[in-house]
Amino acid sequence: MKAFSYARATSPAEAAALAARTEGAKFIAGGTNLLDLMKLEIEAPTHLIDVNGLKLDAIEATEAGGLRIGALVRNTDLAADARVRRDYGLLSRALVAGASGQLRNKATTAGNLLQRTRCPYFYDTNQPCNKRKPGSGCAALNGFSRQLGVIGTSSACIATHPSDMAVALRALDATVETVKPDGATRVIPLADFYRDPGETPHLETVLAKGELITAVVLPSPVGGTHIYRKVRDRASYAFALISVAAIVQKDGTGRVALGGVAPKPWRVAAADAELPRGGKAAADMLLAGAKPTHHNAFKLTLAQRTLSAVLTEAKG
Amino acid sequence: MKFDTPAGINPIDQLKVIGIPTDRIEGPLKTTGTARYAYEQYDVAPHQAYGYVVGAAIPRGRITAMDLAAAKAAPGVIDIVTWQNAGELGKGPRNTARLLGGPEVQHYHQAIALVVAETFEQARAAAQLVKVSYEAQPGTFDLDASRKTAKPASGGVTVGTFEPAYDSAPVKLDATYSTPDQSHSAMEPHASVAQWKDGRLTLWTSNQMIAWAAGDMARTLGLPRENVRIVSPYIGGGFGGKLFLRSDMLLAAVAARLTGRAVKVALQRPLIANNTTHRPATIQRIRLGATPEGKLTAIGHESWSGDLAGGKPETAVQQTQYLYAGAARATKMYLSVLDLPEGNAMRAPGEAPGLMALEIAMDEMAEKLGIDPVEFRVINDTQVDPSAPQRPFSKRDLVTCLRTGAEKFGWDKRNPRPGQSRQGGWLKGMGMGVAFRNNLLTASAARVRLDGQGMVTVETDMTDIGTGSYTIIAQTAAEMMGVPLNKVRVHLGDSDFPASAGSGGQWGANCSTSGVYAACVKLREAIAQKVGFNSGDAVFADGAVRSGNRAVPLAEAAGAQGLEAEDRIQFGDLGKTYQQSTFGAHFVEVRVDAATGETRIDRMLAVCAAGRILNPKSARSQVIGAMTMGVGGALMEELAVDAGRGFFVNHDLAGYEVPVHADIPHQEVIFLDETDPLSSPMKAKGVGELGLCGVSAAVANAIYNATGVRVRDYPLTLDKLIDALPVVG
Repeated sequence: MKAFSYARATSPAEAAALAARTEGAKFIAGGTNLLDLMKLEIEAPTHLIDVNGLKLDAIEATEAGGLRIGALVRNTDLAADARVRRDYGLLSRALVAGASGQLRNKATTAGNLLQRTRCPYFYDTNQPCNKRKPGSGCAALNGFSRQLGVIGTSSACIATHPSDMAVALRALDATVETVKPDGATRVIPLADFYRDPGETPHLETVLAKGELITAVVLPSPVGGTHIYRKVRDRASYAFALISVAAIVQKDGTGRVALGGVAPKPWRVAAADAELPRGGKAAADMLLAGAKPTHHNAFKLTLAQRTLSAVLTEAKG
Repeated sequence: MKFDTPAGINPIDQLKVIGIPTDRIEGPLKTTGTARYAYEQYDVAPHQAYGYVVGAAIPRGRITAMDLAAAKAAPGVIDIVTWQNAGELGKGPRNTARLLGGPEVQHYHQAIALVVAETFEQARAAAQLVKVSYEAQPGTFDLDASRKTAKPASGGVTVGTFEPAYDSAPVKLDATYSTPDQSHSAMEPHASVAQWKDGRLTLWTSNQMIAWAAGDMARTLGLPRENVRIVSPYIGGGFGGKLFLRSDMLLAAVAARLTGRAVKVALQRPLIANNTTHRPATIQRIRLGATPEGKLTAIGHESWSGDLAGGKPETAVQQTQYLYAGAARATKMYLSVLDLPEGNAMRAPGEAPGLMALEIAMDEMAEKLGIDPVEFRVINDTQVDPSAPQRPFSKRDLVTCLRTGAEKFGWDKRNPRPGQSRQGGWLKGMGMGVAFRNNLLTASAARVRLDGQGMVTVETDMTDIGTGSYTIIAQTAAEMMGVPLNKVRVHLGDSDFPASAGSGGQWGANCSTSGVYAACVKLREAIAQKVGFNSGDAVFADGAVRSGNRAVPLAEAAGAQGLEAEDRIQFGDLGKTYQQSTFGAHFVEVRVDAATGETRIDRMLAVCAAGRILNPKSARSQVIGAMTMGVGGALMEELAVDAGRGFFVNHDLAGYEVPVHADIPHQEVIFLDETDPLSSPMKAKGVGELGLCGVSAAVANAIYNATGVRVRDYPLTLDKLIDALPVVG
């Protein structure tokens, strides 16, 4: 870990402005991922701006009938919120499927969206990795890739986004509210929040330099049966091989997003339309054009079978 | 004391303390965080500096340059150890690769430097500034591909003529299995604090075998053995990963010598998988021939494994020599030179991976024969060493383990036809496997002192790696001296104490308590003599020694000076005249998600026959821990080899998964009530490794019973099942 300076921000706009003008600055909230990465010098910020005091930790009803979730709401609190559990069960279930109780107590909503991939080559600083060190190459492409992405990847990077929460938020059509260094705010649909890796997998989101997430907003509830099905090698405390976030209505229509398959929560509008025709049809649409490796081709079958089982379960 | 005739009745048979389920005597220290593990020995030496290990970034080649300037200039840095300033270093006979590499690099993450600084954080930051240039050389990393150049290794047996017996067998099985490289993954990383004083090194560390460590350290540093003291009172898990001198110990010692400071080093978690040893992967071909009635007539077992040049094979065929009857057998091992990190012992080396394969093969053969898997094993039981029929087993009650287990588990409810039991979205199945592990006997010494307060103090370099050694040693001394447990103090893990068997090969419990027994026999004689009793008549009970109507309290007998005795148990030929082994049967029920192929364990039962159980509570903990490890081996544990880049990729606890609580369901352990008087005066054997043997195969067999999919490559992850599972939806 490199030595760094540290300051507490007093307002979101001030935090954003400070981050924009300070070279090497990063925000820190729960720190559950950032500190690990700093110890390995995968992240090496020279200045940390602590945003924990910004009072962005409320969950409030919006005028549109949805919920505004403050950026600093801890994963544990979000999962346990009565309104979330009643109207957005998908989100609550995805949260508790992730990490451990201790980590969820610390991890924040915005931090969860911004966590980095768990690709083992990203974590080993002896190995080439375009995401960690742009232009150095990708060791995973011909390496051990069982856990890695099958779709939306590029020849420069096949890492996945590791979040469970983000997969549920994607299915819920969440939006991200931010404040920019000049104090202006903007709203970014989660669908547009993550970049495709292309040749620049180190650029992961559309956030501008210094731009700070202040909230995640859920539209009004859509009803239906909410299922988050995470498939993994052990029963708890493991990243998804694949996950399925589905909201299924009584008439068989609905929405679906996949985790563990792509550099971002994976949702395809055309696949939603196929849901009434069953898991295979929807999965074929979701995963059309997939480019798995020898190690992770099973994810295609797994996603399709899991989605089919989820749809069966939704029927009751 | 030489143990060369079967044990008769002795004070241990009183079972006033031995055999009683007993809480760990050091438990409160551990639960309150006051037991000092190696890295927490902050007050044993002043001004401790911190070392941070730099591991090689290539698997094989040479260091062409090391630029240390920036690291040396970094805040707090005291010095940097490399091969260039470490002084001449030898190599202990138990290490294959050198513990400090350079300029030659022998494996990935081989230690090549230790940055020493005033704080851990400074050492870690400076370590990132060490710039190393390499000239990489090609290596061999793929076991399967290396098989054609593998060399035969010694250790196999030939009985009768296997090939014709196999060829003519009416029912045959020929199958190949694989087990992956596994990491010990102890909770406590390898850690050491080193201090030099007047040319003598003291090392507070985490090590299973104190005498080996002291000897190998002396040899590596070129010191007289008596100038090395190793202290290791508490160990947060070893599993074989801490059997030997490792890089943390050597680097701490060298750094302390170089800097004139006490230096502490803990291996960073991401280094452990590649820097230390691991259980080597195997490929095993098993051929079984049988009569239609289920009698094995031919048993063939070949195993391929790899290691660095100069290393050893994984002895996966070991149990096949002894476990089942059968006229003809041939076991063979082949060893490839691989440039992966050093392979070595991990809990139940040999038998653990060997039974992972053999016990699936037995399940497959039972099915071919249409015989129940339990019955098939019973039919092929043997009471003698099949390759030397004049050697009986000292005690072998495998059949009772099998029958008891089958009855208690409800084995009769298993549907022998696989893939037939569905419960909602789950496919249910049961499986079993036999546990077998040899009983190894190793000399072990102890010193026992009785003081004027009637306290008994035991000193031996035996270690407690979480197994419960403190407690069984205290129980032994209490039983022998006729005092309650709270009148016994136990000091372990110090090379200044008499050399014990140490913790390994599941020999620790039986051998170390036998050493304590021997020392106590001597102390009893000394006490009897002092108070004028004929030692044959003296009875030690209730804190006193009695003879006839006269009783002398032990405190009084000891007097102000106290009395002390030291002895060493040595084992004669009983291990040669008799085949000594431990036995068990594992039963497992699983459910497999019919859609995803995820396996979840529902319940497990182990029935063990392992001689006298000294402390049923800690023995049970050993077995359920081992069963948990077997679940890990069956379902998830695998060091993933990058055969292009030459290293284990998933080298942290996020990537190398071991079972968590949610994976472990109801576990039961039954110990048969038995003694083995041919093993030791304790009439005990070992259980710590037995508990692991055969578990993974029982899980694999249960998955087959649930799904009808036979997977022969561990771990049985869902991707190996999913294409053969029933259609969903």
